[in-house]
Amino acid sequence: MEAFATFAAVIAVGILVVVVWSVARRGAGALNLDLLTKDPVDFAFGNVKEGLANAFAGTIVLVGLATAMTLPVGILVAIYLNEFARASVRTGVSLALDVLNGVPAIVIGIFVFGLFVVGHGQSGFAGSFALACLMLPLVSRATMEILALVPNSLREASLALGVPRWRTTLSVVLPQTIGGIVTGTTLAVARVAGETAPLLFTSSIVGLRTSWNPHHALQSIPVAIFELSEQPDPADHARAWAAALVLLLFILFASLGARWLATRGRRKLTQR
Amino acid sequence: MMEEREMSTTFEPAVKVETRGTTLPPRERLERIFHIENLDAVYSGKTAVKGVTMEVYKNLVTAIIGPSGCGKSTFIRCLNRMNDLVPGFTMTGTIRYHGQDICGQGIDPVAVRRHIGMVFQRPNPFPRSIYDNVAWGLKVLGLKDHMDERVERALTQAALWDEVKDRLKASALSLSGGQQQRLCIARAIAVEPDVVLMDEPASALDPIATQAIEQLMNDLKSEYTFVIVTHNMQQAARVADMTAFFSISRGAEGQRSGELVEYDATEKIFTAPADRRTEDYVTGRFG
Repeated sequence: MEAFATFAAVIAVGILVVVVWSVARRGAGALNLDLLTKDPVDFAFGNVKEGLANAFAGTIVLVGLATAMTLPVGILVAIYLNEFARASVRTGVSLALDVLNGVPAIVIGIFVFGLFVVGHGQSGFAGSFALACLMLPLVSRATMEILALVPNSLREASLALGVPRWRTTLSVVLPQTIGGIVTGTTLAVARVAGETAPLLFTSSIVGLRTSWNPHHALQSIPVAIFELSEQPDPADHARAWAAALVLLLFILFASLGARWLATRGRRKLTQR
Repeated sequence: MMEEREMSTTFEPAVKVETRGTTLPPRERLERIFHIENLDAVYSGKTAVKGVTMEVYKNLVTAIIGPSGCGKSTFIRCLNRMNDLVPGFTMTGTIRYHGQDICGQGIDPVAVRRHIGMVFQRPNPFPRSIYDNVAWGLKVLGLKDHMDERVERALTQAALWDEVKDRLKASALSLSGGQQQRLCIARAIAVEPDVVLMDEPASALDPIATQAIEQLMNDLKSEYTFVIVTHNMQQAARVADMTAFFSISRGAEGQRSGELVEYDATEKIFTAPADRRTEDYVTGRFG
């Protein structure tokens, strides 16, 4: 039994190692500063293939906007459920969040396509809204978890002074949870930065120049990887691998950073 | 009329209990601050206290004693509507505070707690500086003038000033348990409440810290009214003017609930209790 279980664990770690190694091996060659800073086509010299700056800029805008949309809503949902809602409502809404978390990204993509793109065209806003739908349950659940760790005695201390409930939540409870919120958000960012499906419908018909304007469709790293891998030119494949490596490194560091923040935050909360 | 007790010759408390021996003026002359009538408190169908009727008098220390599970804490938490926060809690009966029903329609529990502060069993300072622990409540409640003086006054009243005056910016969590509890008392009295409820404030503290807290209650009762829950009879005897003894009674179907057995001057409760159950408890035969 133990041998099988150990073997299974080795397989799990092995998959990660193989993925990281194969991406690194194929991508490292094409990874250079031009990839990050130059647009795919330099028009001055004809059709020379260079960087993927438009994809990196697009991902930054898309994920940044999605985070800005998710954070306030996600935190408020968690506060409502943990601080104010009745137990039955809490169970129901938590379940809804879990279901939303399980909705396939492509379904979210189609939903946002029908909502915003039909009749208006693709845009960075539509893309980031789709990503925000995916981030919301992650941020809410992480915030709820950390809110539940805040000792009730702190809430009581504040309420017993004659401080209103909303003020107690804002000034006593919430400051305790910043670490957890940052952790949850970082994990959510790492997760959606690699999402392709919701962006295919909402933000994929793009030009080759770097744009920071979310009113138009924006290129993104995962969509760029998808498109490059469909091209016949081996140089495009190399750039796809390099972009994949950048994405992988970003997610790796984001996850490690989130973990570090989480242990720090938890230690602070459980000290008392 | 209470029957004259024949027990009095054999009555001897198991623990040596020294009351302060001060005599109180007759109850009619004392100012009523709480008038509790027929209070029942129920947690999700389980009755915690049943039929409590008593009065609490101004500028006295009133102790609530009794065995574990007799509903002392539940009772005291009714007095500032702290139980409102517990899901499934319901309460019937009336609690009049200066004649006003604090559970009546349109009464804001926040306003109730503004006048009736509370110190909890375990010290629960905010994870902020010592100064901010006292000052935060003042700021939020709009008592912003003379902030430094108010903080100093509260810390002095809580007998903590001399120990912390040189490190007001240090974290409150760096203080010892006894200091943290006195900080919580300072925080509670800084906002100038009328009544301070204390739910076993010394149960997690060592004897010296306990003594400091008992001393400060004695010093401050000219300004505040204290109600203290304690499982420590000596403590009740040392600090309280009036003592209420709660016990567990069994209903017709064996369900347990807390009830008020006897309420009288502390001296009387500990030397000549009227009820057999009180006597058993203070002599150590039960509890």
